[in-house]
Amino acid sequence: METLLDVNDLQVRFHSDFGDRIVTDHIAFQVGSGEILGIVGESGSGKSVTSLALMGLLPGNGSVLSGSAQFGGRDLLALSGKELDEIRGRDICMIYQDALASLDPVFPVGLQITEAIRRHVEPDRKKAHSIAVSWLDRIGIPNPEQAMNRYPHEFSGGQRQRIMIAMGLSCRPKLLIADEPTTALDVTIQAQIMKIIRDLRRELGMSVILITHDIGLIAQNADRVLVMYAGQIMESAGVRELFHHPLHPYTRALLASAPDPGDARERRLVSIPGSVPENYTNMSGCRFASRCAYAGGAGPSGDTGAGGSGSTAPSGYICPECLQHQELREPEPGHFVRCIRADGF
Amino acid sequence: MQDSHILLSVRDLTKHYPAEGNGFFHRNNEFIHAVDHVSFDLREGETLGLVGESGCGKSTTGRLVVGMEKPDGGSILYEGQELAGMSRKELSSIRTLLQMIFQDSYQSLNPRKRVLDILADPMVFHGIVSRADAPRRVGELLQLVGLPADAADRYPHEFSGGQRQRISIARALSLNPRLIVCDEPVSALDVSIQAQILNLMKDLQDRLGVAYLFIAHGLGAVHYISDRIAVMYLGEIVELGEGQEVFRHPLHPYAQALIGAVPAADPDRRPDDASILKGEAGDAVHVGEGCRFAARCPFAADQCLREHPVLTDFGNGHLAACWRAARGHECEPGI
Repeated sequence: METLLDVNDLQVRFHSDFGDRIVTDHIAFQVGSGEILGIVGESGSGKSVTSLALMGLLPGNGSVLSGSAQFGGRDLLALSGKELDEIRGRDICMIYQDALASLDPVFPVGLQITEAIRRHVEPDRKKAHSIAVSWLDRIGIPNPEQAMNRYPHEFSGGQRQRIMIAMGLSCRPKLLIADEPTTALDVTIQAQIMKIIRDLRRELGMSVILITHDIGLIAQNADRVLVMYAGQIMESAGVRELFHHPLHPYTRALLASAPDPGDARERRLVSIPGSVPENYTNMSGCRFASRCAYAGGAGPSGDTGAGGSGSTAPSGYICPECLQHQELREPEPGHFVRCIRADGF
Repeated sequence: MQDSHILLSVRDLTKHYPAEGNGFFHRNNEFIHAVDHVSFDLREGETLGLVGESGCGKSTTGRLVVGMEKPDGGSILYEGQELAGMSRKELSSIRTLLQMIFQDSYQSLNPRKRVLDILADPMVFHGIVSRADAPRRVGELLQLVGLPADAADRYPHEFSGGQRQRISIARALSLNPRLIVCDEPVSALDVSIQAQILNLMKDLQDRLGVAYLFIAHGLGAVHYISDRIAVMYLGEIVELGEGQEVFRHPLHPYAQALIGAVPAADPDRRPDDASILKGEAGDAVHVGEGCRFAARCPFAADQCLREHPVLTDFGNGHLAACWRAARGHECEPGI
């Protein structure tokens, strides 16, 4: 598979009055053409910051400290605002959760979609109009022809979200960055949107970075998965490998903490004690150690895996190995993990 | 569970809102059928999950039950007392027994009050403890929901989302309620924290015997915590039954599509695209004569468009409102 996007050594810094924080720690990954890369993590893991940095959309107090992102022979992180403008929308499109902020309230939605299509795909006004109508139809907006003349506030939140998705996809980008694209949507609508994204991948060979906290969405759609925690990639592998043989204790706990309706009900949900550290800039050892069921020394505390220990907090003792700096290792081809003890469990 | 005492009995509960553009100058007599003839029982110590997509009326149902909205029809019997026609003042006397937890713990906790006061004020107001005794009781509550004792002196913004939801739970429990209506209590939380809160709610139910009306759109959480589940669509309950039964053998095509659309955390169980439901739930204004789901239903027949299906028992308390199910077509999951 040809590599479309090659990200290396990405470090993003956020400045505040209380000191600077480095929120992504030497992130590196590739996206192949036609590949769906899933990035999964909880809030504060750095998954959204990574995508914002690639698009040059970091908030004012954020800056790229180091790194490169090769896309079509150019480094996205080194481009000027104007050069990025050209790529954004045409080659790379980003859709995210907050749709209200991305539609202009004073123009009808039809005009906004047509505008985007004319700029990037089809300059002819009439043709662009009919492409826009067909897109509204495709995403399930009732009476698409009339809907073109309506303003954003006349649609429901879910419809606005889908209109934004249509606006992005109608430009047939090479790379779609979808950051929690369906989190605000109902599950039956989510299923429709994800199908459109999969269809476009097949039709156009579009690549997708799918960023979400929803493990199910990753399992159903991704080819390869990065698991992020506290600004680091903790594990990465092919989707089947990751779900069937998770190596990192965090990944294991994350998989076990999601309620699965396909499962028998009696199983108690695994919860991870504590919460994501707020400032991890100067943490030296494993960033997950204080919440890890295995970091206490002799492996799992009396049961079978991160699963069993439930909500009991780790004793507080952290073994010396886990206090060392953890490198991303490759214990099996294509399967990376940032845990020195991962093969011993 | 079958024989236990029925705590809450809701019958034909109805709430209609005037439709948009239906004001003083534009009287078109159109209404949003937010909640339409909804009936269910809730037993002591039981969890009834209420699921459905946005606009199906599940939250309105919860708000009607606790008296935050006045119903337009139907009855809400709580321990034999009719709540539906009660005045605010009358409601206040039973308020301690019916509590509510919301999704947004940031907005539902007063940012200017310390946790001590957030928890103590309602108890003192309702005469459950004296002001002098309150700190001791607050300490017990904090321990009950797994928060450190020093949390009492801090303000809501000093806590994470999961911890704030624990404070909300402590506040709801402080009045010793028999029923807590939980409106999307874990939707805003990360999965690992979600699991903490769901487990806490289960443990508290085991210890205190409190019943939950658990309203959520996240089917995983509802499945995990609920004994029975009701599925709502455009203001109506279309299916109701034991949780396992509803998830394993959904009878109503909408319930099948809804459950089938939840992405399973298993890359080997990818559903085929043919089962994806088309279109979206229309508005609850023009609901028509027949089944409200008929327009999206892959099995809709003439009868479905003409006649309104009634909630029918298909055995073991598993109810569904579907003509097709009534005709004896056992609908397989994942149509």
